[in-house]
Amino acid sequence: MKKLRIILSPLIVVLLISIMVGMTIRPGADPAPLPSSIPDVDDFQSIGDTVNEELRLRRKSAGLGELQPASDLTVLRRLSLSLHGTIPSLEEIRQFESVQQSSSHSKPDLITRWTERLLTDSRFSDYFAERLARSLVGTDGGQFVVYRRDRFVDWLAEQLEARRPWHDITRDVIADKGLWTGKPAVNFITAGIAGDDLDHEELTGKTVRAFLGQRIDCAQCHDHPFDDWKQSDFEGLAAFYGQVNLTLVGIEDKPSLEYEVEDRLSLETRQVDPAVPFGLEWLPEQGSRRQQLAGWITHKENRRFSRAIANRIWALMLGAPYYTNISVDDLPDPPENPDLLDMLADDFREHNYDLRRLVRVITATDLFRSSSQSSAETEQEYAIHKEYWGVFPMTRLRPEQLIGSMLQSSSIKTIDQNSHLLFRAMRFFREQDFVRDYGDLGPDELDQRSGTITQALLRMNGNLTKELIEANPFNSTGRVANFSDNDRECIDNSYLVCLTRHPTANEMAYFENQLAELNGKQRTQAVVDLYWSLFNSLEFSWNH
Amino acid sequence: MEPLNSHASTMTRRDAFRLSAGLGLSFLLPAIDLKAAEKRGSERQKSVIVVWLAGGPSQLETWDPHPGTKIGGPTQSLSTKIPGIDIASLFPQTAEQIHHLNIIRSLTSKEGDHERGTYMLKTGYRPDPTTLHPSLGAIITQQAPNSNLEIPQHVSFGDGQWPARGGYLGDQYDAFRIYDPGNGLNNMSTRVDKPRQKRRLGNLEVISQAFEPNRRPAASQSLHRKTLDDALTMMSSEQLEAFKTDDEPETLKKSYGDSRLGRGCLVARRLVESGVRAIEVSMTGFDTHANNYEGMQTQAEILDPGLSTLIRDLKERDLLDSTVVMCLGEFGRTPKINPLDGRDHWPTGFSCLLGGGGLKSGIVIGETDPNGDQKDPKDPIPVENLFSTVLHQLGIDYQQELITPIGRPMALAQGELIQQLL
Repeated sequence: MKKLRIILSPLIVVLLISIMVGMTIRPGADPAPLPSSIPDVDDFQSIGDTVNEELRLRRKSAGLGELQPASDLTVLRRLSLSLHGTIPSLEEIRQFESVQQSSSHSKPDLITRWTERLLTDSRFSDYFAERLARSLVGTDGGQFVVYRRDRFVDWLAEQLEARRPWHDITRDVIADKGLWTGKPAVNFITAGIAGDDLDHEELTGKTVRAFLGQRIDCAQCHDHPFDDWKQSDFEGLAAFYGQVNLTLVGIEDKPSLEYEVEDRLSLETRQVDPAVPFGLEWLPEQGSRRQQLAGWITHKENRRFSRAIANRIWALMLGAPYYTNISVDDLPDPPENPDLLDMLADDFREHNYDLRRLVRVITATDLFRSSSQSSAETEQEYAIHKEYWGVFPMTRLRPEQLIGSMLQSSSIKTIDQNSHLLFRAMRFFREQDFVRDYGDLGPDELDQRSGTITQALLRMNGNLTKELIEANPFNSTGRVANFSDNDRECIDNSYLVCLTRHPTANEMAYFENQLAELNGKQRTQAVVDLYWSLFNSLEFSWNH
Repeated sequence: MEPLNSHASTMTRRDAFRLSAGLGLSFLLPAIDLKAAEKRGSERQKSVIVVWLAGGPSQLETWDPHPGTKIGGPTQSLSTKIPGIDIASLFPQTAEQIHHLNIIRSLTSKEGDHERGTYMLKTGYRPDPTTLHPSLGAIITQQAPNSNLEIPQHVSFGDGQWPARGGYLGDQYDAFRIYDPGNGLNNMSTRVDKPRQKRRLGNLEVISQAFEPNRRPAASQSLHRKTLDDALTMMSSEQLEAFKTDDEPETLKKSYGDSRLGRGCLVARRLVESGVRAIEVSMTGFDTHANNYEGMQTQAEILDPGLSTLIRDLKERDLLDSTVVMCLGEFGRTPKINPLDGRDHWPTGFSCLLGGGGLKSGIVIGETDPNGDQKDPKDPIPVENLFSTVLHQLGIDYQQELITPIGRPMALAQGELIQQLL
């Protein structure tokens, strides 16, 4: 089987690219139009102003000055990477630039309208479903008999596509009943099954990390060394999962079950009743234990719930959690005076826990639209710029963003829902190995990391790079090399396809000079080499 | 005044390589220092091999069995070459070699969660939200680098979830990961001829000149250029041979075992010979909450040949005196057997093997209660002490304080020396 895969997969990749591009170069449906009206646009620009002011004060506290705006194309690239996990296609860039020229002063501005377009595209739901799934069920396969990660991710994508509010999704995930295939939300529970038993402690730790953005896992064995979490808090929360019962019809709640723990010191068994560590008044009186827990977690006064998701979405959009030195799920207790996370969280709650709203607010900030260039000259200075958000931080593309970008660069047309199945089939054959070799951080994917030698080797010499850039009549290298009007356009297109920007005068001169003496196959090789160099640049493999 | 030759004297072999490669003068390179590979015994610069048992191996089914007691389970014991000392009978081959190392049966830690325990046993520090501590291998490669090396100094084999990291020392000290050791390395050759490769690298220079202005600190932190240069150096290095096992005798390969762990142990020895400082060989599957005994039987069939052959092979090649060998996981397992015939997490009174590198050998430290009534072991060794002892043995000042990125001074290791082993 493995051998067959090895033989087949390069063939399939070539075939798929051909079909994919063949399909997309046919005159077909026009690209999705830009929305002209956007929900609550004035309203979210006002929360944007509040957030901008808070960020200005934060910068000022570290003696940092104003942010420098980034170019529209740079912001376009960021938007595509963070909302769809890929860079924009040449087709999209062309559309963007044509609208840009005709509507430079229109309101709402082009970036806002473009964001809306990306949020309406089903690629957003698919991509964010996977990102959120990582915080909810991790990346492990679990026990196939009772756990289906793929169903869970598809279900999440459907919820996002249907624009279900986050607190509703949360309630389903914590308290739904049924089979992991028919009621995919319960996979959150069954992911924690080891052997025939539910690992209550793992599930409890995960629940608090995912929905409250804090870690109480170590209170499992002892009182938390830094925060206020006690071992009894942990056990009390775990007891809400104490009546979960794995039956032939799936996950059920069995009221006669009690939660028992074995004392780690005395090794004696004792019964633990459900209890919450704070906010007792938020606990609903009705419902199963899990429904009560879900009600308590999503209670509107539970600031941790909205802060946690605000921090996670912030990290997905900006590359680092708001408190840059602390993991995304290890937030300190909410401060007395509301901080930026509270501002985002309050707005999110007031707008019915709408995840798209949260994204819109963040993309409307000056910070999201600011340059990744800064006046910092040393790494220490840069660290301060990052910590106080005096610059848009540069972050390494995650493996799925990199492979998404590499695949997109191999096509002129947008790889989207029309090519979605094919795209997914190709990813199936290529992504797993590539992501593993590139180093997937799994649930810790929002940790900030540098590049590695393995990654450099994979980008330079790997099969995928070779397959994608080798020129053929269908892929972008072949088309850019052979169908551009002249060398300048060929170079310009290569840069737009790979880096979402035009070349500088210097770059243009250098590559024009390189192509000038070449014809036929040699010229095509030079374009392939240009693609290779663009693929291997820092600019390509980092968000900036 | 600076001496005229100061630049030349600080130029490393790698710099020389880059320079000469750029000029097309690679034939001018000095040959790899074969003598360094030939040195034996205590003359060699020291290395460390960590055999990492991910999931938390049961001390009762490895180095600290208590057969015939209420906590012993079905595991039998077997005498070793250390007089009066038995280990679990699942490890007959290791029993023949274990006297070259030492057994600690009284490790204590406060971390009973996999991720936190792994952090503790790989760094010697408890997880701390304000800083990320470097792993043992990262400290060694930062403090005692081998400047003749063109392959990574810090290597990790296997698919453990949390490989050794550079922490506050920087990601450049992260272990170079290889999932399936023994088959050479992937992606080591260019796809085009030399002139085209030269053109590609030249292009890259032009592209980065456009991007890097006003982004220098971020670009330098990204390690993009450094990893690329290191990768290019590595691609053309003869030292890559160390990752292959083609020229090893079949009998020896068989003895290590044709498993990831076995091949990893064999390649680890080859890397030590080439001068690699720190190698981690990971094996997963020790989290035996259910059917602990059967699970450990399966694990032992892989671990026993790999580990015992590693010790023997190092010893026979006179490399053991210059190579510290550690075999451990994130914690041990409960004396009490749970209703699923499994054992749960137990960070108190668990076992590890430690020896080589000039440490004494054949010593057993600590004792656990055969009935499991006493939680605390006799002669407890806090996990931190392992780190101080190993660094000390490698000639590294373990009490030395480095300033972390947040400006906090931090000692390389915070434990005390395990005097019995020195």
